[in-house]
Parts: sequence; structure tokens; C-alpha cells
Amino acid sequence: MNDPSIQSSTGPSFEVSKTRQLVRVLLQAPLSAKIGLFIIFVYIFVALFAPLIAPFGESELVGRKYQVWDDEFLLGTDNLGRDMLTRIIYGARNTVGIAVITTVFAFVTGGVCGIIAAVVGGWLDQLLSRVVDVLMAIPSLIFSMLLLSIFGTSVISLILIIGTLDATRVFRISRAVSLNVVVMDFIEAAKLRGEKLAWISVREILPNIAAPLAAEFGLRFCFVFLTISALSFLGLGIQPPTADWGSMVRDTADLITFEDYTPLIPAAAIMILTIGVNFVVDWFLHKTSGLKDEY
Amino acid sequence: MNNIIRMLIQRISLGILTLFVVSLIIFLGVSMLPGDAAQAILGQAATPDTVAALRKQLGLDLPAHIRYLTWLGNILQGDWGTSIGNGREIGEVIGVRFANTIFLATFAACIAIPLALTLGILAALYRNSFFDRTVNVLTLSSISTPEFFVAYILILLVSVKAGWLPSLSNIRADTTFVEHLEKTILPALVLTLVSVAYMMRMTRAAIINLLSQSYIEMAALKGVRKHKIITRHALPNAWAPIVNVVVLNLAYLVVGVVVVEVVFVYPGLGQLLVDAVQRRDMPVVQACCLIFAVTYVLLNLIADVLSILTNPRLLHPK
Repeated sequence: MNDPSIQSSTGPSFEVSKTRQLVRVLLQAPLSAKIGLFIIFVYIFVALFAPLIAPFGESELVGRKYQVWDDEFLLGTDNLGRDMLTRIIYGARNTVGIAVITTVFAFVTGGVCGIIAAVVGGWLDQLLSRVVDVLMAIPSLIFSMLLLSIFGTSVISLILIIGTLDATRVFRISRAVSLNVVVMDFIEAAKLRGEKLAWISVREILPNIAAPLAAEFGLRFCFVFLTISALSFLGLGIQPPTADWGSMVRDTADLITFEDYTPLIPAAAIMILTIGVNFVVDWFLHKTSGLKDEY
Repeated sequence: MNNIIRMLIQRISLGILTLFVVSLIIFLGVSMLPGDAAQAILGQAATPDTVAALRKQLGLDLPAHIRYLTWLGNILQGDWGTSIGNGREIGEVIGVRFANTIFLATFAACIAIPLALTLGILAALYRNSFFDRTVNVLTLSSISTPEFFVAYILILLVSVKAGWLPSLSNIRADTTFVEHLEKTILPALVLTLVSVAYMMRMTRAAIINLLSQSYIEMAALKGVRKHKIITRHALPNAWAPIVNVVVLNLAYLVVGVVVVEVVFVYPGLGQLLVDAVQRRDMPVVQACCLIFAVTYVLLNLIADVLSILTNPRLLHPK
């Protein structure tokens, strides 16, 4: 990773060699990681340009219900007569988008609390850790179902509930890796210099724990994505008429008994993205000092 | 020996404390609900007087800590309250449902645990070989797969195309044991497929960790045969992590059944919970969540205790 030409280069050439280095790293990546990256780019592309790619409107009724695959409706229609292909394309935007927002929320809350708990220590650390212990003692799918039945199944409460429950795991890992950094001399020096908590957290600790946190982000995204899909499949997650892969499987599930593959397609969409992310995370973990190599 | 007993008492009281807090969360969460049970039973059209009367009858006018203690006390005596949805005693339904769920989870565990341990040990012994890498990719994929995807693929292949097994697990009280077993095969297979990967990866990691220890190298250097190294030197130390993996996965299985039960319309606790959440039938939601949480906490506690018993070094934490 440490290319001497980068360190000696200055000015504009730095940017060039950085891109070149990135390309080189990507070319050297194992096949599984390349496939993973390709999958992720395709999903991002589809999510961004969904209205341009999709043949129909997101919840437009365009045909009879449960039409078979033909030239007009490439993947047939669903239980209300909406085009499946269109809804799959929009699903990339909704399902993946909500999962990304939830993961980011979990990382911001869990990460901030974890770093602060590690730096401040004492009673704050004890308090936060015990709260997290209790939250993690209840299985998260069951807990989220309890909370969803209390707060109702809107997208906002879905994001807040899953995000908070997942933040507990982010808290654990960010606290653990920060604790290794907090004992270093440069933190002591910064404290003696009179730096504020926020400065120490962002400028001293964050850069040192970025790699394990990045890998954790990928893993947590997969987990959140699968949880939201499972809840939507159970009818407790993303609500209609929003196009969403989990609820699409649920809506078209009856077709499976007629040897119709339609319900498998949104399910496969979920699986392929998760596999892609996992492949990339796996490669990333191997590259960055084998941290958590054997998960 | 004293140390062990002290440690056990410590762990168990910690477990009981957790259970207490969990029950408190479940109770408080539900009492935070806008509107209350009396309103929900009588509907929007009820007059304030009748609501107040029913509140009194249900004991909702009492302070929260007294309601909590009564609720907990009743549950400990086996009285789960009544469902708002159909007015039936929850205790009547929940026992059978829970038994069904345990049946399914145990069935899955009987296939999954031996399979996962074998694969994990093999992958660890032949690590970085073609076998190991294949298994690694396969398990990564299997971890990434939603349960319902596996379930519908199996339904398509096994019950629709081949017609070997029923795609629905409609189990009633008069279903015989053999029939019950037959109808549970598919759901159990799905659970196996999604849980084997995780268990196997943890086993592999535990064994690899062990095999890199110096005393294993020492044994190899002094010429001990390979299978002897595994059975005499590695395995005794591997029990703790393996037992841990197994029990944690039992916990996962009991909780992870929810989606699988819904796909196969299997009459278990998960299905009951999903229905109750949809109808916002809070007493049933409370009861189901409590049972799931208690099972989960207890299994984790057992994992903790067993790993201490099999590895006395854990008695002296650094």
C-alpha cells in the first residue's frame, strides 16, 4: 500500500498517482471483490436513474393482476396489476435507500457514543455500556417488532428503531477499537495541550479507527438491509404503495405454487446486493491488517 | 470448586437481573402507547363513562408500578391475560404455539449442529485449500441470503416441482407425530441452511485459533500423529468455543423462526407475534416478546455457564 512515489510527489501529480494507485488496487483485487464492486455500482446506478430506466410509473396500475412475463411486462405484473420490473427498479431506490439511511444513523449515534465513552470513561462509559448490554439482551428482530407495534410502522419510526437497535453493535465495536487508541501517548499529549473532547475524537481517534469502522459499516449495512427486508416481508416494514423488495415478495408469494418465478426476483435482488457487499467487505478485511479476519 | 459456585451464582443473578429489566422494558413500552387497552377494546364510539368503568375493571387506573407487579405476578402464575383481538385466554394458545416453535428449532438444530461442526473442523484443518475457499464463498453467500428466498426456492423445487413434501405446515391438535415431522422438514431445512454458515465460520475460527498455539506445534514436532493432535490436544480446549457457538445458535434458531414460520404458515410463536403486531393486540405482543426474550437470555446464560465449566481458565478474568 505504501508507494514511495506517492510520498515524494507533490502538488497536482499527487491526485493523478492517487487515482492510479486506486486503479491498481482494484485491478489486483480478487475476483469475488471485483464482482462485489460491480454489483454495488450497478445498484447505485439503477437507484439514481430509476425514473429514466423504468418503463412505467412506480405505483401505476398498468395491466391485469398477475399477468405472466411477456414483451410488454418483462417480469409480469403483481397482485394489483403494477409492472414488476418497474417496481424492482424503484425498489433499488427505496429499499436500499432506507437501509443506507438507517445504517448511517446507526453509525453516527453508535460511533459518537462509543468514542465518547472510550475517551471520557468513568460513569458515562459504565452507563452507556450497561444500557447497551440491556438492549442487546433482547433479540433485535423481536425487539423491533415490539417497538414497531408501539410506534406504528412508518418509514421514520422504522429508520429510528432499527437504527437505534443497530447502534448498540456499532457502539460496542467503536468503543472497543477506540479504547486501544485512547491509551496512546499522543492522546495524552493532546489532553495535556488542553484540546477539547470533540477535537480529540475527530482529529486523533477517528483516523485511527476508520479502517475497522469502514468494514463494520459494510457488515452492518447487510444486517440492516436484511432486517428491513424481513420486516417488510412480514408486512411490518416499508408500507405500500412504496415499491419495496421485501413486501413485493410477500405480495406475489402465492405465484410460487404455480411454478411462477416472479416472487424469487425481488428476493434475489436483495440477496445479490448483500453478497456483493459481503465480498467487498471480506476483501477489505484481508487488506487492512487482517482485523477480524476470522469472523 | 468454591470459585465455580461463586461464578455461577454471579452469572445467574446477572441473568435474572437482565430478565427483570427486559420485562420492565416490555411492560413500560406498551404502557407508553397512546390511548389504552380500555379504549382499544371499546372502540372510538365508547362514552368516557364506560371507558372509565372498564379501566377500573381492568385495573388500568392503578399506578404503573402496581400494574407492573400484578402483570409480572400473574405471568409467573401462568396467567398471561386475555387477547384484545378475540378475547381468548392467551395462556391457552401460547403453550401449544411455543411447543411448536421449540419442535421446529430443535429439529433444525439436530441437522444444523453436526453439519456445521463437521464442515467447520474440516475447513479449519484444510485451511486455504480449494475446499476451504469454496466453503468460505458459499457461507458468505448463505449469510447474505434472506430466509424467505431460501424458503421459496425450496418450496419451488421440493414441493411444487417434485411434489415430495407439502409447502404448507398446517399443524393442528390432531396431527400425528409422523405427520408433524413430515410437515416440519422443509421449514427445518430452511433454518438449517441459513444458520449453518454462521455456526461453521465460528467453529472454523475457533479451531484455527487453537491450532496456531505453540503446544500444538510442540506436539507436532515431537511426532504425535495428526488425528491424535486433534482428539487429544486440540479438542479438549476447543469445547468451550464450540459449546458457545452451538448454544448461541440455538438462541438464534428460536428467534430466527419468525420469518420461516410465516412463509410456511407454521403455527408457532413467531406467526402469533406477527399477527398480533399487525392487529396491535398488545397483551399478545407482550406475551410473545417476553417468551422470546426469556428463551434468548436463558440460552445465552447457559452458553456463558457452559463455557466457564469447560474452560476453568475463564474463572480468572484478567
